Amino acid sequence: MHQHQRRLLTIVTESAIESHLLRDIQRWGAHGYTITEARGKGARGVREGNWEANRNIRIEVVCDDSTAERIAAGLREHYYDNYAMILYLSDVEVLRPEKF
Amino acid sequence: MIDPVVMFFLLGIVAGVLRSELRLPVQVYELLSILLLLAIGMKGGMELARQPFLSLVPQMLAVIAMGFALPLLAYPVLLYLGRLPRSDAASIAAHYGSVSVGTFAVVVAYLSARDISYEAYMPVFVVLLEIPAILVGIVLAKGLVSGDSLRRSAHEVLLGKSIVLLVGGLLIGWAAGEEALQGIAPLFFSPFQGLLALFLLEMGLVTASQLGTLRRYGLFLLGFGVLAPVVAAVCGLALAWLLGLSVGGAVVLATLAASASYIAVPAAMRISVPEANPALSLAASLGVTFPFNVVFGIPLYHWLTRHAYAIFGGG
Repeated sequence: MHQHQRRLLTIVTESAIESHLLRDIQRWGAHGYTITEARGKGARGVREGNWEANRNIRIEVVCDDSTAERIAAGLREHYYDNYAMILYLSDVEVLRPEKF
Repeated sequence: MIDPVVMFFLLGIVAGVLRSELRLPVQVYELLSILLLLAIGMKGGMELARQPFLSLVPQMLAVIAMGFALPLLAYPVLLYLGRLPRSDAASIAAHYGSVSVGTFAVVVAYLSARDISYEAYMPVFVVLLEIPAILVGIVLAKGLVSGDSLRRSAHEVLLGKSIVLLVGGLLIGWAAGEEALQGIAPLFFSPFQGLLALFLLEMGLVTASQLGTLRRYGLFLLGFGVLAPVVAAVCGLALAWLLGLSVGGAVVLATLAASASYIAVPAAMRISVPEANPALSLAASLGVTFPFNVVFGIPLYHWLTRHAYAIFGGG
């Protein structure tokens, strides 16, 4: 079976901005996303996720290289300064490239 | 003697400070807050059904005016005395101008434990007070901004959980009336105090988690978190007296004025004033003002109200 290279973009951030972030990510070209609840610690302290203002989400997007670049640049420009957010990229292989 | 629900709150704080493993599952906390918000809304709605709505309009306008005035009072104090950056001062002012439904639930429980009656349509005031401060906060932080930013915030607040459930509860209570709601009373009304106790247990744990931040930001926030609610309560009390509310109603309005939001406003500020540091406003509203109001403030406002009404007449 032929496998295709794609990029996996993982964003961990505040759930307070979920709806705005998803709108932007799709505007920047993501075809889909997966969200999971997350807890952890980072530069902005422990985010235990025990109540509204303290909740984190992890958003995963599988997309092509240029979309990943576009989303990463957009996040850096619009979100990094003011929100608790980390982003990392990895290479993944998919079987159905038309989905991503 | 402190109320049992307040004891649960203290238990939560102690457990949190001692780093206990105790934590309520997120879904349980969600369910509790949904039940409390709906119960509060429906109770207010049932009362609204009994009142001629138009007779309440002057009171409602006065309460909205207070919602605009309180953050404008707090802002210069935060900016000049606290020397906070403009965005932080505006955000904290918005938190303090708005209300905390949790605190409202505690004052309702406080009054009913003492058989003190109050104007039962008070939940309407909760809804009315939630919004103006947010608009003021955004304008203070950003100046008279484009409609777009305000529209986004308006959406965030108006369709946020607390407004949807409170207004939804009000409408259901108003449309259905007391009789028809008897069927669901066993879920919403009879266990109100028990639900509140569990909710406060979790709030105690959350409050304890704010104490670390508070230590970092020092004395000003601590002082502001205690004095701002007392000053606001006096404003609320004065307004209640002018409006001719009962003693119970005055205690509720004073408590509403004193309370600081920790759910609706943080969410709105995160979107509309992202450069404001949320740790700062939450440490003040949740780490200081909420516990102060729950443990000391409400009995204090009751005491103030009784004396004020005895001196100036009314009630």
